[in-house]
Amino acid sequence: MGQSKALRHRKQAVRALVFVIAACMTAWGVYRGEVSVVLGKAVNVCLECIGLG
Amino acid sequence: MFVWNVSDWGKRMRISQEIKRKIIQIAAFGYSNTYLQNFANGQLYKGRWKQFCNPGLNCYSCPAARLSCPIGAMQAVSGSMSFNMSFYATGFVLAVGVLFGRAVCGYICPFGLIQELLYRIPAPKKRLWKGFTYIKYILFILFVLLLPVIYTNDLGMGAPAFCEYICPAGTLEGGLPLLAAHPQLRRVVGALFSVKACILVVTLIGCVIICRFFCKVMCPLGAIYGILNKISIYHMEVDEAACISCGKCQTVCPMDVNPSKTPDSTECIRCGKCTVRCPKEALSLKFASGTGRERTLKTF
Repeated sequence: MGQSKALRHRKQAVRALVFVIAACMTAWGVYRGEVSVVLGKAVNVCLECIGLG
Repeated sequence: MFVWNVSDWGKRMRISQEIKRKIIQIAAFGYSNTYLQNFANGQLYKGRWKQFCNPGLNCYSCPAARLSCPIGAMQAVSGSMSFNMSFYATGFVLAVGVLFGRAVCGYICPFGLIQELLYRIPAPKKRLWKGFTYIKYILFILFVLLLPVIYTNDLGMGAPAFCEYICPAGTLEGGLPLLAAHPQLRRVVGALFSVKACILVVTLIGCVIICRFFCKVMCPLGAIYGILNKISIYHMEVDEAACISCGKCQTVCPMDVNPSKTPDSTECIRCGKCTVRCPKEALSLKFASGTGRERTLKTF
């Protein structure tokens, strides 16, 4: 509605591409051990994170 | 003779769009902040859920927080000795953004709910000058992407610049409760925390006067989701044949958007108030299947 078919298809292609890239980025981040960095930061009181350090 | 009109009863009992949204917001807030008992002892939840990111903005230094803040996670990884960029948190935010766009802000973000409650406080209400909405992109690029990587110490570790210097959500949800619970932390309060407290006060006053002031002006997560609003699967459609350009949708929009003109606006949080207000039902929020002929599912 209001959008041409070509524009809608282009939007769907970009959407799929970004989603695949996002999934690959997440998987790569997990693979190289970023999760433990996040967990380490999040479970300890981080003075820098709250503006005290 | 009394006649039981089922359809009338159904209409009266039907939960409005706004009530449904509030229920989802409260549920998301509750799920994000499960460990309320931690406020008493000033401890943080240390379980395995903390390794996952919250789709919305919720400080991981908040004693009640179950999940990690994605903006904090991005900075924690990019500022660490081992990495310069967080693929994990960035990929997660991109994936969520492609699926839902800024509907995350409208439905799931805990700080979004806090702002909406603040806006209910009786006070003069104002609209924001549109130019201020670009500040959040500058904050995202400078404080979230660049400073943690560029501004490093001798060990190569960068500070989580947005959390440290700006984030009022962190001050409110993490800083103040931890200061209240730990007297020894009060001794290290300095100029930096005073600046952050000032930012928090300005933000809180801003939220009372302007609906979702933080979302509009400062939120780096909203900046990312806003850009992804252009392509997100959950999106708004305008039936241009039905639209009579009455402008009623614009008057009810809490984000100062004109949905009939810019349904994919970077500011739209998909709250659905405009879809309810439209007298011609020309606006609708839908999930698109992504195939040639658009299959849609009406939600919420």
